[in-house]
Amino acid sequence: MGKKIGDFINRIGIPTFAVGLLLVVLLIAAGVMGQSIPTLISDILKRVGMNGLLVLAMLPAIKSGTGPNFALPVGIEGGLMALIVCMQFDFSGWALMGASAVLCIVFCIILGWLYGQLMNAVKGAEMTIATYSGFSIVAFFNILWLAIPFSNRKMGWMLGNGLRETIQMKGFEADKILSDFLAFEIAGIKFPTGMILVLAFFCLLSWLFFRTKTGMAIFAGGQNPRFAEASGLNIDRNRIIANILSTILAGLGIIMYSQGYGYAQLYNGPLNMAFPAVAAVLVGGATASKASIPNVLIGVCLFQGLMTTAMPVMNQIFTGTDLSDIMRIIIQNGVILYALTKVKSGGDR
Amino acid sequence: MNNGILEFVNVGKEYSGHAVLKGINMDVRPGEIHALIGENGAGKSTLMNILFGMPVIHSTGGFTGEVRIGGEDAKIMNPHDAMMQGIGMVHQEFMLIPGFTITENIKINREITKSSLMSKVFGKRMESLEHAAMATDARKALDTMGMDIEEYTKVHGLPVGHMQFVEIAREIDKTGIRFLVFDEPTAVLTESETEHLLNAIRKLAAQGIGIVFISHRLDEIIRLSDRVTILRDGEWVATEETKNITAAEIARLMVGRALTLDRAEGDRKVSDEKIMTVDNLRVNMPGEEVKGVTFDVHRGEILGIGGLAGQGKLGIANGLMGMYPVTGKVTFKGEPLDVMKTNETLKKGVAFLSEDRKGVGLLLQSSIEENIAFTAMEVHNKFLKKVGPFTLTDDKAIRENAEKMVKDLDIRCTSVTQNTGALSGGNQQKVCVGKALSLDPELLLVSEPTRGIDIGAKKLILDLLKDLAEKRGMTVIMTSSELAELRSICDRVLIICEGKVAGELSPFDSDEVYGLMMSGVSKEEAMKAAGAAQKKAGGEANG
Repeated sequence: MGKKIGDFINRIGIPTFAVGLLLVVLLIAAGVMGQSIPTLISDILKRVGMNGLLVLAMLPAIKSGTGPNFALPVGIEGGLMALIVCMQFDFSGWALMGASAVLCIVFCIILGWLYGQLMNAVKGAEMTIATYSGFSIVAFFNILWLAIPFSNRKMGWMLGNGLRETIQMKGFEADKILSDFLAFEIAGIKFPTGMILVLAFFCLLSWLFFRTKTGMAIFAGGQNPRFAEASGLNIDRNRIIANILSTILAGLGIIMYSQGYGYAQLYNGPLNMAFPAVAAVLVGGATASKASIPNVLIGVCLFQGLMTTAMPVMNQIFTGTDLSDIMRIIIQNGVILYALTKVKSGGDR
Repeated sequence: MNNGILEFVNVGKEYSGHAVLKGINMDVRPGEIHALIGENGAGKSTLMNILFGMPVIHSTGGFTGEVRIGGEDAKIMNPHDAMMQGIGMVHQEFMLIPGFTITENIKINREITKSSLMSKVFGKRMESLEHAAMATDARKALDTMGMDIEEYTKVHGLPVGHMQFVEIAREIDKTGIRFLVFDEPTAVLTESETEHLLNAIRKLAAQGIGIVFISHRLDEIIRLSDRVTILRDGEWVATEETKNITAAEIARLMVGRALTLDRAEGDRKVSDEKIMTVDNLRVNMPGEEVKGVTFDVHRGEILGIGGLAGQGKLGIANGLMGMYPVTGKVTFKGEPLDVMKTNETLKKGVAFLSEDRKGVGLLLQSSIEENIAFTAMEVHNKFLKKVGPFTLTDDKAIRENAEKMVKDLDIRCTSVTQNTGALSGGNQQKVCVGKALSLDPELLLVSEPTRGIDIGAKKLILDLLKDLAEKRGMTVIMTSSELAELRSICDRVLIICEGKVAGELSPFDSDEVYGLMMSGVSKEEAMKAAGAAQKKAGGEANG
């Protein structure tokens, strides 16, 4: 019996097991304390939908051997820029979603290509460099938000130039536009059909992509670069493709996130957005060199589930403290730390 | 009168059930220069690791037999014990700190110290250094070897020959050094440096230090040593007084016919068509540098490439596949081939089985079927199918191909979905062969096909390669450290020495010729020496 449990933990991984267990305990505690379980589950579903694409963005990067995409803000800024440009031209509703998605792909191809070049130049130190690339690009875009003369009044300050810190999606009839699309309620649980459909669609696309010749080549290059080289593959090119894909997913992810949240957060908003996404995929059982779509989905459910449930429970136990956020930080960084200790230098070789 | 003799008594060693040393008996007398020779994998390094109590020995279950010094079990469990027993080693790669002076390098971790104010407060490790005394010691050690270089020079920038001497000086400065092992000390030296070193070794021996001299240069052994011990495949073959043996005889004993891989007699008929020509190929592969080789490959033949480790034989196949920077001209089927474009090379019908099966040959965490299909898919667009707008992998075709290979090549596995990391070495090699065959190559480059594979499976792999040439008309270039295996299936064998082709031999040439050529003797001389040795042997037999 004990051996069976051990095998099970080994198979799903210690972080996945620990976080899963904690989630179950918290859900029970929430129930005992009289929290509304359907509300909690609705919240979890909503956050899974909002964060799903950002976590999925980890998949191509990890598979290509560059490790978890700590430079997620690169794609996020691309997505935000697309959103803001479309808002400037007063797109609204579905048109805003569609136009910004298309523009986002254009921006992210450029950003992803540049970022891919950087990753190829710093082989062996990808994760550290990626983290700081993420920080740097946020600062760079902070300047852009101020310097580019956007003129739509809905986005500016009351006085002076530059964009506001948070821009209401409501002003562009895009607040929760996807979350509410085909949404329905069962037993008090609200199901955000639109977001889940989009997430499922991109998961399917990713699954298909990794069954194509290029997808297989990226995967092989990530698993064993020497093998890929001996098979005549251009590893650098494949890594760039993977990082472009990751960047695009991040850009689309922030558009989805913004509509679900109701606000587009500029300036330092994207600064720390990579870490929850990295933590989520690792909680889902991925490693810095191996990931799958189930890892992404399990990870985002567990991690966001934990974040959602912990807050009301902790707040009820320790009234007036900020303990739930502290716990989020501990778990998020703890999981990343755990995963990084498992990384051998220069990828998994 | 056994005092001070170093003896190996019935020493044996197994690595996870695989015997690498079997019942070695050898002794080194004080003041004697004892040469130790054998092919790669003959067990020289393992024997020396045992002598030094290296962790690699004791963390893998220790060894059997005894190492005795002066008739008593020396009980060497770690390198420190070896040092206490007065055993020193001069390494092939220098272990020196470039930014330190010669004196500092010689005295490192054995510094002469005197107490100071700091040490009175913080303990012995804070004592200050007695530079003058250390310099005197270093000078003495350098003088012992007749080396007139200032002891305060920094090691950085010294010629390699001098670095070697610093390394030796460090060993002889250790008090009570009784035995000194030289591991291929002349490999990196120029001729005059070598001469200087050999003289120094003679001087050391004259002072009563027992020398173990490991080298593959037969002429040095003949000139320098008093006795020579020959190992082959982990077994003791012979110990002889050097004055009673010739280089040719040593070569024969060293190469021998270890495992009998019988060869169907007679030459196979091979076409005259040249499928590949290689002109002045240089490959910058670290440790296996190729310095300009030229050869032709005929369609349908099995060409062997042999030589000792580090001489560049492995660099040739790796270079032809563009794994390392290459210069030189290569043509394939009459057309020039840009070997740096691996993809083109593969497309034109060249396939490669790497000597590094696990590192280069396989995706260890992927299934057998994926491994077999992968390269063919990427290179020839095989195993793909159109599904709507997508071109996806054709799982059915991949499965069928893999199952056919498993059957044809007799790959032992639970199913084709098993990860290749879980297979034995022989079966992994067969998966690599399957991967190469899926490419339908005309020319197959095979490096060390039987490395790390047990004897039974070796034969299967070799038969398989022979079948490919004979039944499918494939051309094979096989690189191997094992002469026996080259000679069992190849039509011609090129011997590579110091990055160049030393000569071409027939598989039927004698062991002496092979052994001599591998140690750098030219073909004519090797033939002559071998002929003389055989005549002598024949004469003895008649007489």
